[in-house]
Amino acid sequence: MKYLHLIWAALFRRKLRTFLTLVSILAAFLLFGMLDATRAAFSSGDSVIGVDRLLTTSRYSIIQSLPSSLATRMQAIPGVKAVGHANWFGGIYQDPKNFVLSFAVSDNYLDIYHEVQLPPEQRKAFETTRTGAIVGEALAKRFGWKVGDKIPLQSTIFPQRNGDKTWPFDIVGIYTPAKGAANGTDQQFFFHYKYFQEANAYQSIGNTVGWYVVQLTSSDKADQVAKAIDALSANSDHETKTQTEQAFNASFAKQLGDIGLIVSAIMGAVFFTLILLTGNTMAQAVRERTNELAVLKTIGFSSRSVLGMVLAEGILLLVLGGVIGLAIAAVLVPIVAKGSGGMLNLPPIGTQTWLLGLGLMVVIGALVGALPAIRAMRLNIVDALAGR
Amino acid sequence: MKSFGTGLLMLLVVAAFLALWIALPWQGVVVLAVLLALWMTLTRRGRQTWQVTRVGLSTVWQRLGSSSVVVVGIAGVVGVLVAMLAMSEGFAETLRATGNDHTAIVLRGGSQAELNSVLDRDSANVVIQAPGVKKGADGKPIASSELVVVANLPRKGDPNSDSNVPIRGVSGDVWALRDQVKIVEGRKFNPGLRELIVGKGAKAQFEGLDVGKSLRLAGQDWTIVGTFASGDALESELWGDTQSVASAYRRGSSVASVTVLLDSPKAFDAFKANLAADPRLKVDATTTREYFSKQSEGLTKVLRIVGITVGIIMAIGAVFGALNTMFAAIQARAREIATLRAIGFRGVPVVVSVMLETMLLALLGGLIGAGIVWIIFNGYSASTLGANFSQVVFRFHVSGALLWTGIKWALAIGFIGGLFPALRAARLPVTTALREL
Repeated sequence: MKYLHLIWAALFRRKLRTFLTLVSILAAFLLFGMLDATRAAFSSGDSVIGVDRLLTTSRYSIIQSLPSSLATRMQAIPGVKAVGHANWFGGIYQDPKNFVLSFAVSDNYLDIYHEVQLPPEQRKAFETTRTGAIVGEALAKRFGWKVGDKIPLQSTIFPQRNGDKTWPFDIVGIYTPAKGAANGTDQQFFFHYKYFQEANAYQSIGNTVGWYVVQLTSSDKADQVAKAIDALSANSDHETKTQTEQAFNASFAKQLGDIGLIVSAIMGAVFFTLILLTGNTMAQAVRERTNELAVLKTIGFSSRSVLGMVLAEGILLLVLGGVIGLAIAAVLVPIVAKGSGGMLNLPPIGTQTWLLGLGLMVVIGALVGALPAIRAMRLNIVDALAGR
Repeated sequence: MKSFGTGLLMLLVVAAFLALWIALPWQGVVVLAVLLALWMTLTRRGRQTWQVTRVGLSTVWQRLGSSSVVVVGIAGVVGVLVAMLAMSEGFAETLRATGNDHTAIVLRGGSQAELNSVLDRDSANVVIQAPGVKKGADGKPIASSELVVVANLPRKGDPNSDSNVPIRGVSGDVWALRDQVKIVEGRKFNPGLRELIVGKGAKAQFEGLDVGKSLRLAGQDWTIVGTFASGDALESELWGDTQSVASAYRRGSSVASVTVLLDSPKAFDAFKANLAADPRLKVDATTTREYFSKQSEGLTKVLRIVGITVGIIMAIGAVFGALNTMFAAIQARAREIATLRAIGFRGVPVVVSVMLETMLLALLGGLIGAGIVWIIFNGYSASTLGANFSQVVFRFHVSGALLWTGIKWALAIGFIGGLFPALRAARLPVTTALREL
């Protein structure tokens, strides 16, 4: 640390070159921040809140529904605390482009999804209003909905009994997602399964549910309970597949394409170039300073401290550019998310991204500094001063 | 203040150049290249430029490390850009190729995708009998009542993953209606039996779809009897008989959509108007071209935007890398350039030669980046979730136009990266440069 001013001076020996290199580093880490946010947006399975939940879906297809009679038998399995259910609604608001993530849910659904936080009086209102619906705060903001609004939602799948595809709803609550809730939790729309069942043109829907949500008494019983649930309907025409909510989300995200792989491929290309570029700059900088380094050694700096100084210079260069780049990304990501009008749910750049980014800066800095640093360490004073 | 003014002016010039460059068709670029070659062979200045450039290029090998930064940096930008655009292009093309103007698809009103649509048997029959539908040799209209369901199948090499694979129930007329579909292995399915044929794309992406294998769907065993090729999005699907699929998935006699062969593309408007006027029906009719093109719109746009955004950020990084390299190169050659100036070479040849050198390096980088992507990704098969909530298998398509876009980007980066160092080289004070060690 006491050599910081020396390292700093060395770094800005040629201002133009350092500035140009810094902008390249900045661009690389700006990209890293934005891509990592994208990757995080598609891996919402990481949320810790849902660890005690299982999802039971049809084994054959997501569009197959399950018999509602299964609920009581599932409830009897040891380790099961509560069984709720939900159905996909396929709602759109006014225009087909305004897709709303809407579900008809069982009465105990909100107890199982405790990350959906609703003020008690709104919860009460939801329970007593047949056509009541609660919406996430981000969704409410997107369409300017307020508590008390009457809104029509069109279903792309289910017509009402009178043949109308538009379903009227009363917004009775706007919920906030608890800390640690999965990304996108604040974009959902919930309403009563009973309303869905009674008003639906397809009367057979009453005997089925889209999928079950199972709350466990403890998360380490997940495997055992999942097996027991699937055994209930083995070899029937509605076999089930039960998995943790995280596994379900992860496999669903994977269907879009391997976002993680694409992101790492791009970042690989970017960082490879960055190492080459910055490494070249560092090598040049050290070559130019051969004389100065020799003088340093002459006046008593040990070979090791010269090595350390050059290494530190590389790391400082990367950290400087990288932190600025990540900071710009941190500002830009929410703007992009907002600009996409709810299409892209980018989470803000989190601690994990920052830590990973800092780690990368240090590693790449050390990598690009290594060769010049070793050369500086091995420098023979007499030869260097003589310009050989 | 003066330097700020010149800086601003330069920026405007560069921005104007980039705008022009992007709008320039390939013929324009050829004309520019020919003009440059003529200038370099016919005029004195031009010949001088050529001499200076040759000297510069001959020393590139001695600056291999820093020159390769320009090449690799630009190769990276071009590679990522071309790969992303090839993905978006391939997806759009696959869906575009699926539809045409002489067939129309009819869905329940407002459904948007076949998965959400339900038509009862009566409505389907009314649609099939509508005027404008072409009749076959036997006098019956050529139409296919279809049903799309999705099944969970594991992806190849990943037995634990579930993918939504579309299964389409089709009627007997489908072969006349979709003449692009050819059986390449095995045979067609027999109506009334639990037999399936699988698309080539689906077979390549998902586990257990070989001919002769059996597949468990909705609690029943189905046999795979053939493979088909169509060169479009239908290759992502499994096909069986509509009635067999409907009974397996307990759909009764309802179907999801009716696809009809039209008398001619011109007959569509009348066909549509007729259906709209029929009080018994509440349906949407579109040509299959429009229906499938629309399904690719959203994702194609997102991929393009992401590709270009990533490309621009990477390009900024690469421009500064190139600037750095070329400034260093000028510095290393300062004495040589000063000597040339001292013996009577003017500024223009020096500027042009530095620009030429950078742009040649950039061109090389662009060729390498685009070439690698072309070799690895052209025809690379991938799949994603489409409008029917099911997997659409598509191929990356690295077209000539995309390669050209990549090269243009490379040259633009080279231009900016070379311009400022070139100007500095021309302004280098001769005496100081000569004195410098």
